[in-house]
Amino acid sequence: MAKNPEHRDLFPGALEVMILQSLRLKPMHGYALVKHIKQVSDDLLQVEEGSLYPALQRMLKEGWLESETGTSSKGRPTRIYRLTAAGIRHLESEVVSFERMFAGFTRVLAAAKT
Amino acid sequence: MSRFSRFFFRNRRYDDISVSIQEHIAERIDELMEEGMARDEAERTARRDFGNVTLLRERSREVWQWQRLESLLMDLKHVCRRLVRSPGFAITVVLTLAIGIGANTAVFSVLNSVLLRPLPYSEPEQLVAMRLNAPGAPGLTDFRDELRMSPSMYLTFAAHNRSFQSMGVWLPGTASITGIAKPEQVNTAVITDGVLQTLDVPATAGQWLTAADQDPHGAQRVMLGYGYWQRRFGGDPGVVGRTISVDSQSRVIAGVMPRGFKVVGYDFDLLVPVAFDPVKQSLAVFAYHGIGRLRPGVTISQADADVARLLNVWMDSWTNGPGTDSHWYLKWKITPAFLPLKEQVVGSVGNVLWVVMATIGIVMLIACTNVANLLLVRADGRQQELAVRSALGAGRWRVARELLLESVTLGLLGGAVGVGVAYAGLRLLIAIGPENLPRLSEISLDGRSLAFTLMLSVFSGLFFGLIPVLRYAPSRQAVPLIGAMRTASVSRERQRGRNLLVVAQVAMALVLLISAVLMIRTFNVMRNVDPGFSDPPSLQVMRISIPETLVRDPQTVVRIQNSIQDKLAAIPGVTSAGFAVSVPMSGAEPNWDGIYLEGKNYEGEEPPLRLFNYVSPGYFHTAGTRFVAGQDFAWSDIYSLRPVAILSESLARELWGSSSAAIGKRFREFPSMPWHEVVGVVQDVRENGVNQSSPATVYWPSMMANLYGPGPLDARRTAYFALRSSRAGTETFINEMQQAVWSVNSNLPVAAISTMQDIYSESMARTSFTLVMLAVAGTMALALGILGIYGVISYAVSQRTREIGIRMALGANKSELLWMFVRSALVLTGIGTVVGLGAAAGLMRLMRTLLFGISPLDPITFTVVPVALVAAAVLASYLPARRTAAVNPVDALRAE
Repeated sequence: MAKNPEHRDLFPGALEVMILQSLRLKPMHGYALVKHIKQVSDDLLQVEEGSLYPALQRMLKEGWLESETGTSSKGRPTRIYRLTAAGIRHLESEVVSFERMFAGFTRVLAAAKT
Repeated sequence: MSRFSRFFFRNRRYDDISVSIQEHIAERIDELMEEGMARDEAERTARRDFGNVTLLRERSREVWQWQRLESLLMDLKHVCRRLVRSPGFAITVVLTLAIGIGANTAVFSVLNSVLLRPLPYSEPEQLVAMRLNAPGAPGLTDFRDELRMSPSMYLTFAAHNRSFQSMGVWLPGTASITGIAKPEQVNTAVITDGVLQTLDVPATAGQWLTAADQDPHGAQRVMLGYGYWQRRFGGDPGVVGRTISVDSQSRVIAGVMPRGFKVVGYDFDLLVPVAFDPVKQSLAVFAYHGIGRLRPGVTISQADADVARLLNVWMDSWTNGPGTDSHWYLKWKITPAFLPLKEQVVGSVGNVLWVVMATIGIVMLIACTNVANLLLVRADGRQQELAVRSALGAGRWRVARELLLESVTLGLLGGAVGVGVAYAGLRLLIAIGPENLPRLSEISLDGRSLAFTLMLSVFSGLFFGLIPVLRYAPSRQAVPLIGAMRTASVSRERQRGRNLLVVAQVAMALVLLISAVLMIRTFNVMRNVDPGFSDPPSLQVMRISIPETLVRDPQTVVRIQNSIQDKLAAIPGVTSAGFAVSVPMSGAEPNWDGIYLEGKNYEGEEPPLRLFNYVSPGYFHTAGTRFVAGQDFAWSDIYSLRPVAILSESLARELWGSSSAAIGKRFREFPSMPWHEVVGVVQDVRENGVNQSSPATVYWPSMMANLYGPGPLDARRTAYFALRSSRAGTETFINEMQQAVWSVNSNLPVAAISTMQDIYSESMARTSFTLVMLAVAGTMALALGILGIYGVISYAVSQRTREIGIRMALGANKSELLWMFVRSALVLTGIGTVVGLGAAAGLMRLMRTLLFGISPLDPITFTVVPVALVAAAVLASYLPARRTAAVNPVDALRAE
């Protein structure tokens, strides 16, 4: 998906976890989310802007997010996304499973080196 | 959020998505411009980074959609829009289908209610009609298709069988009710214990009759039918326990049966318990219908075997009197042939209904073919559009789906309107249907009929939709994008599809027309049969019973009947009057036995059974039944008990070679009877309807010396009076008739008032009903078939205008061109006719039971109908073909 060949494709579920984690800090609108992820990852991860919206809708449908009417940083109307209790529970279980996966991944890489 | 509210709040979601995306891009543009980019540059960059806005918005929305359904809905919207754009086409198709589907639904509803639905009793599959066959009883089948049960059979079988939970016998009859309003004759079902238990429908008020009611010396009770209860007692539940006078005998009302309850399809006013005195029963009087409820797990053949075993017990236990051989009935070879009760109720009407259903089904097929033809033409017009869509990547399935969606939509619209048509059609069917159609009151549009309509709508939609689909959907590579249509004449291949449809239509129409014409011929033959009575519209008939409880003495009964006859004959406008125990085709219970000729040695052989009737002097004259030889009874013969008799012509000829030879010969029914002398021979009478052979009949005087029961005399207490008058059937006349009867005895109800014409029509009702249905179907088929030919030829003409122009420019003769089109129609009709004749020859065998007096392969019908059809086809093709003559070659070519 990434247009820049230096950026790898995100694996399934990664975008969602990042959105959830970002919104845990504070409710945001779409553009702010993109910027936030870019900033926090020091430009290492780049969300393809367009793919954010279908993902947001999926998560709204799952009940992990709520949307409300709000204004952007420029003062124009937009929608602000907020994490729900279900979203927090989902995030936590996803983080645990990601961590376990990363640990396994790291061990396999380490073993391959020796 | 539930699925539904999600569906409805979706539009808000869609707005949210749009607003978010819009703001996202706006913000990005702002940012880029802050970084120093020019506005249009910033806009381009922002959009490029974001990706395809429409696609992403679509993706975002899809999260909330049921995708397949929605794309289907989209297509549907398309279809509807296209149909609205061509209202002429849509209305034509929907109406054609509505009539076809409606007619099919109506007939199916009748079929379903009469044949398919179980009888309205609990666990109806356990119920059987206890029919007996007696192949060894000669002549029985002339007037009865079964041997009914005698009271002694019932008593034996009920006591000793191992197969039935319960069983009983019953008999339809009539009774006079007096003391409530005017004396009234009502329909009764005379039942034994076991009948109500077998049918197992609880009383709506009060309680069932019980075994105790059967005691000839015990309580005398009756039950009311729902209709009579409503009519006579206004549905008052307080009637239970009241006393009414039935045939001048007081009876207590035990209860009321619920609405819709019938005894094996017979609608009664009163249930009257029989009172068989076991002491007085003999083997004979085979008059009763038997019904039984099988024990669970017992099959009909086991029950047959069980009762076959009991027939010996029956012959061992009873006798026909001293000096008779009780095992004599072995000769009759009585065998149980029990039937599921439903078959007994429905009877032979199944034949008619299946034929009508098949007919209407064929009309539907023809209608579908016409619609398919219209769709083909329509798809022709859309060929370029479809080709463009294919070129742009629309899959075959996608194109097929849309075409099918259109046809199924049309089918469903047709079905929806068709339900209305069916509702109206059903009322019409019930109105014109045979009045004796079993289960008529149960007919309704139920869930199953509606499911049938739905299925028919969808399947017919798929059927006529598939034809254009097969033609156009797969031709992705073959379809020329532009232009080809204009320059070439219509391709042979495409014309072939429509030709095939026309051939099929012609063949089906031919089959229907042949069946309709065969029915018309049958009807004509039946009308030309001499029924054995004359001018039925001026023959008034009514029935009067004189119960024993009202008048005991038989001689008085005959005197009352005699004075009624005289009073009736004295009514102004009446030319003659008479009475008989049974009038033709009235369905009265026949009486029958064998007769022994004087001087003939039977050597243990049994004479065949003959139909018996009992007549008054003047009856034959009134009915218009001709005397072939000899003369009528005189009143003096009756009163003096002179042993005389009149025979039917066929019987006289069978016994003595000719009618005149029979006069003066003598015979008797059994040895204790005096020899009766034949004084007259009358023409044969079609007692059971004009399409049934005339039974050999013995006419006895209405009063004879009694040989069965107590008392020296035996008179016939129930008789049909016949009056010959041009005023027959009018209200004032009926009133005068009743007054005449009541002037003799005011307690006599007058029942079954009708003209002989009504009885005659009623006996032909089944044939005329089938005739009307087939004629309607045949006419529809003919009209649709002609329309089909007309359509195909006129389409071919319009498609070949250019070709015609070229031909004419090259010097072709106008009449030759005309002939070219007419000839192509003739070829199609010819092929269709040949196919149709083959199919008809096969199918008409199935109609054999409905025909009378003509062969299913009647040569006249099989010649006239094809000729007429071909003539109609020539006309249908000539009209559009004539337009070719008007084609101006210059115009035709300029159209390029």
